[in-house]
Amino acid sequence: MGTATLNDIRAIAASVVDPEIPVLTIDDLGILREVRADDGRVVVTITPTYSGCPAMLQIEGDVIRALHDAGYEDVRVETIFQPAWTTEWMSESGRRKLAAFGIAPPTNPADVVCPRCQAGEPRTVAQFGSTACKAFMVCSDCGEPFDYFKSH
Amino acid sequence: MTESETSGAPQGMPDPDVHPALAALLGHGDDNLVLAHRLGEWISKAPELELDIALGNIGLDHLGVARLILQHVGQLEGKGRDEDDLAMGRTDRGFLNLLLVEQPNSDFAHTIGRQFFIDCYQVELWADLAKSDDSILAGIAARAAKEADYHLRFSRAWMVRMGDGTPESHARAQAAVDHLWRFTGEIFENERGVYRPAWDQKVAGVFAEAGLKFPEDPYQKTGGRIGYHTEHLGYLLTEMQWMQRTYPGLEW
Repeated sequence: MGTATLNDIRAIAASVVDPEIPVLTIDDLGILREVRADDGRVVVTITPTYSGCPAMLQIEGDVIRALHDAGYEDVRVETIFQPAWTTEWMSESGRRKLAAFGIAPPTNPADVVCPRCQAGEPRTVAQFGSTACKAFMVCSDCGEPFDYFKSH
Repeated sequence: MTESETSGAPQGMPDPDVHPALAALLGHGDDNLVLAHRLGEWISKAPELELDIALGNIGLDHLGVARLILQHVGQLEGKGRDEDDLAMGRTDRGFLNLLLVEQPNSDFAHTIGRQFFIDCYQVELWADLAKSDDSILAGIAARAAKEADYHLRFSRAWMVRMGDGTPESHARAQAAVDHLWRFTGEIFENERGVYRPAWDQKVAGVFAEAGLKFPEDPYQKTGGRIGYHTEHLGYLLTEMQWMQRTYPGLEW
């Protein structure tokens, strides 16, 4: 497989979306770590966001399915844990998409702004929101309740 | 014999079914698996919706860590056992978790007290294991360390809120501390007590803030790390394993 093909394969894997936050691709999230060709087999490496992230198995299946659909028969997905995923790996475009979707992107907790009106200093309602990776907040200005993707 | 004279596990029990070199690692996996199951028991029953979600999410973190560690133990062991075999195929004598994590949820104060004592330990444990020469374990621990920090923020806040709350919440928090204290000494057996000073400091700080007293009864109970458990673990495993034991290998 040449470089051009590998880039194509990477683009296909990169387009797989996170099942819990479907506006983000796994590339936006930064969990797609590597795509390589290994003796005719495609090997895709991913790193989970959280130890117990229930989406990982589905993501693995979705990557394999996407590549199968594109004609790549022999695909393996490997999971690596080191280095541990951090919200810093989330791309700029991913952060913009999150905010547009109504979820405050990861940042220093003191700098969280309402994704609707951009007002600062929202009130934390619950440290654990709809998923383990999000906290639940309410805007002190416009009153919008929203999820905040926790930074760590 | 009075209760205060009976600490320690009976001698001469058969060894758990794992190589001694893997026992510590398996113990960490079992701590997380058993605690995850206990936290899962709160789902749909917690005092508030936010707490329901929080306890479920914390449990999910512990379950994730348990899966990774059991997977790793299975690979190191090389006998063809995977995470499911280890989780679903061992009896209580094979489980090497701390007695603390298998204690029943009881009331919310007991659940938070148990969590707080474990969180204070795990933040130290994972930070330490993240420097392990075993790169897979180091990776698991680095991830788990961040999660433990978050769990501790939750449990310590509730310890303070209950201890420094109403007479009722204070009494329940103190009762939980008094009851669970006997299971805390065991935490430090395996690692030769290296985490004890940091743990003591965290606990003392929160107790001071919460107005909680250290229990006076010095009695300590132990045995979990060699597979000798309180009666509660058997019931927990029965619920956790019955499906796989009834229909071995069942998938959905």
